[in-house]
Amino acid sequence: MRFFTFAAPSRFYALSGWLIPWFWLATVCLTVLGLYLGFFVAPTDATQGEAYRIIFIHVPAAWMSMVLYLVMAGWAVVGWAFKARLASMVARAIAPTGAMFTFLALWTGAFWGKPTWGAWWVWDARLTSELILLFLYFGYIALTESIDDDRRADSAGALVALVGAVNVPIIYFSVRWWNTLHQGASVSIAAAPKMAETMLTAMLVMTFACWAYAFAVVFMRTRAIVLEREAHTDWVKALREEAP
Amino acid sequence: MNWGSANEFFAMGGYGSYVWGSYAVALALMVLEPWLVSRRHRRARRHPDDQDAQE
Repeated sequence: MRFFTFAAPSRFYALSGWLIPWFWLATVCLTVLGLYLGFFVAPTDATQGEAYRIIFIHVPAAWMSMVLYLVMAGWAVVGWAFKARLASMVARAIAPTGAMFTFLALWTGAFWGKPTWGAWWVWDARLTSELILLFLYFGYIALTESIDDDRRADSAGALVALVGAVNVPIIYFSVRWWNTLHQGASVSIAAAPKMAETMLTAMLVMTFACWAYAFAVVFMRTRAIVLEREAHTDWVKALREEAP
Repeated sequence: MNWGSANEFFAMGGYGSYVWGSYAVALALMVLEPWLVSRRHRRARRHPDDQDAQE
């Protein structure tokens, strides 16, 4: 079997259809486990009390918002450079989910900032660059949806996604480059985590839950896009003849 | 175990509205998005001839 077999939209459609229920199962199991660890096992924070428990959704959502943008830009560029149809469709499918996680990171951040900082919002480098990320997602979606020709929309989207990718390292390093109200990284590859082990475990389990969710929902959206774009092909016509 | 009673759990040490306000919106979005996507998929899956009849 060749590596690119699943790059054919029809093969991807079949394989992802088989995988999606497993990703949903993983999402539910990991979320239940992560919330149990976060609310019943992880101790109360010494300085923030129970308000810190927002971390178990805030940090995974913020990580996903950045990672999904890079993955989206990566597939958009692959689709553009190699004329790979499926890669462009995946990029288009990632954008709304990335925007959802960005909004969630901002929303939960506001709900965490109010009790701990005394403000829903401040124009701090971390918060502002994350807001710019949300606008980059909206810009990508608006641009690609406004161009009727799919291949041209993919190319224009790839360019915007690529240029916007500069913002992701700015978000990540903003807490180091500028003096921000937002705290620095609690978890990094280079140093020991600055939090209790049970808190860290709960946060990582919730991150895996968000990953499983992202795979499930992005695959579902890619399948819809495949059917929309391949509507004229024999395999889609045959599929539509079958009972749903 | 951190909580003596259900009330204590929902109160979240006085931060209940912030904690639950965060998780409620997360849950709402993570139910709404898959629902919208599956609706889009069902429409794309349907035969074009049936489309007008059902919408």
